[in-house]
Amino acid sequence: MGEDTDATPTLNHHGFLPDHNYVTEADIISTVEFNHTGELLATGDKGGRVVIFQREPESQTEPFSQGEYNVYSTFQSHEPEFDYLKSLEIEEKINKIRWLPQQNAAHFLLSTNDKTVKLWKVSERDKRPEGYNLKDEEGRIKDLSTVTSLQVPVLKPVDLMVEVSPRRVFANAHTYHINSISVNSDYETYMSADDLRINLWHLDITDRSFNIVDIKPANMEDLTEVITAAEFHPHHCNLFVYSSSKGTLRLCDMREAALCDKHSKLFEEPEDPSAHSFFSEIISSVSDVKFSHSGRYLLTRDYLTAKVWDLNMESKPLETYQVHDYLRSKLCSLYENDCIFDKFECAWNGSDSVIMTGAYNNFFRMFDRNTKRDVTLEASRESSKPRAVLKPRRVCAAGGKRRKDDISVDSLDFTKKILHTAWHPTENIIAIAATNNLYIFQDKLSSEMH
Amino acid sequence: MDVNVEAKRILAVSISKLYASRTQRGGLRLHRSLLLSLVMRSARDIYHSSRESEAPIAAAPEEPMDTSSRAEEQTQLPEPESEPQPVANGAEAASEVSDSREEESDGETTEDKENVSPTRQSRKRRGKASAAPDFLPSKRARLEPGEERYAAPLGSCRTMAGESLTTLSLNRVIPAF
Repeated sequence: MGEDTDATPTLNHHGFLPDHNYVTEADIISTVEFNHTGELLATGDKGGRVVIFQREPESQTEPFSQGEYNVYSTFQSHEPEFDYLKSLEIEEKINKIRWLPQQNAAHFLLSTNDKTVKLWKVSERDKRPEGYNLKDEEGRIKDLSTVTSLQVPVLKPVDLMVEVSPRRVFANAHTYHINSISVNSDYETYMSADDLRINLWHLDITDRSFNIVDIKPANMEDLTEVITAAEFHPHHCNLFVYSSSKGTLRLCDMREAALCDKHSKLFEEPEDPSAHSFFSEIISSVSDVKFSHSGRYLLTRDYLTAKVWDLNMESKPLETYQVHDYLRSKLCSLYENDCIFDKFECAWNGSDSVIMTGAYNNFFRMFDRNTKRDVTLEASRESSKPRAVLKPRRVCAAGGKRRKDDISVDSLDFTKKILHTAWHPTENIIAIAATNNLYIFQDKLSSEMH
Repeated sequence: MDVNVEAKRILAVSISKLYASRTQRGGLRLHRSLLLSLVMRSARDIYHSSRESEAPIAAAPEEPMDTSSRAEEQTQLPEPESEPQPVANGAEAASEVSDSREEESDGETTEDKENVSPTRQSRKRRGKASAAPDFLPSKRARLEPGEERYAAPLGSCRTMAGESLTTLSLNRVIPAF
């Protein structure tokens, strides 16, 4: 499955001091996303910057450097803002990036912070017109008396320049903090979701949006759940799903009504009363929801598990995977150190046969849905020498170390968490964000999906 | 009782988290506040239900707490335990700040619990349940020797039973937007 995974060189996000564990908070990666072909990989960080990596085309001369990702462009997407009316600082942290499908030579992506979504155009310039009649080399207007003949400007090649420009700014539509954006399969609209509302936008129109979900109660004291994530169906442009802090998923059909407060389907697993604790509600909150590529299944992540749901079965998930069940007895400490509020994301592989999600101690987990095998891998400098094969790791209960490489629950480093992961749309290449570092792993043995 | 001890600890931790979240960059997070309030609610329920059941047994240890609070209550208008006050104050301050932020100014029909007249419900449950929840640090103002306490004006007194204090704080956490 993923056992023989090579590591490409660690791509350090913004520079670091190798001998110290010093991490600038602004460099912490907050989102990772491949584009639709997998050629580009975008990351956003807490400082509001976006870094785009591009995969080098495979070259014949250096067979081992095929498909490495190198920095393509870096730009500042969002700046910190201040809402004077509410006396609130608006963080510049990039919460989500979503690529638009490519329709011409340029690439487009949506990036969002807590309040504002922006559409960015990423284009290349590798030619420059030269030989203007009215302007000289520096762009100054020529003295007309010096012009004695006419010439046709020609395009001369120049060093590749990647230009990024903001094309749209979708602002002032969210009272609460935006947690998700999702591009519709119609390639014309997208949605943005905050804690209580979901808005539908047209990509070309920035001064208005349609509210399609509103779960704000008339009396805020009656609030019992919030929206935690939302996504459009990959093929049906009228369907979308949103998850809640209560652990439920709602599938909504925009054809049914303008306001999709009534769900078409409600996916909920009844709580096991024997497992109830103080923290049952927190750990059942869904932190991420993703449609499978086929559109047939949903993948959700809550604090301790990842679940696969069949769109045709609302009563319970199809499969439940324990990500780190050894934490179940430690919920109280995890509550005290705030880790219980961590929002882990999840990902499908291209063929929907494997799911992946992050955990603590820079571990991430992959579950093969067909073979039911799972693996725990670590994203760390030591285990990531280039071309090194990642070793599976194992977490055991305290005092129960069987093998040399086992790590006991009590030695886990909870400051090293992998919240954001992404899987290449077609190949076995994964991007793992570990705090301020980005790791890209490739499965060299089998590049195609199986 | 273990559950009770744990409930107390969780409540104390939750309250400090609530405080800390008010100063976080980016403003109060609704989701986090909701989860905090849910935990506090279950911890409070466990705490009070176990306190109810062990009330007669715990009579003796409660006395030192009660006498200190009662002594002060003699000299001024009945004032509920001040320990939970910072909580309610904090939540209330948050909600005051946020009331101005709230886009729908008429959105809340909350009871004006702070200005309840002293006669209403203030004498209820003067027993153990209204004694200071002992998981909270004592923030009671202490008189320096030589000082005198002045009778506080009516309006500034918080006159609620201990239990409804935590109710207030929990319910007010959410509208803090």
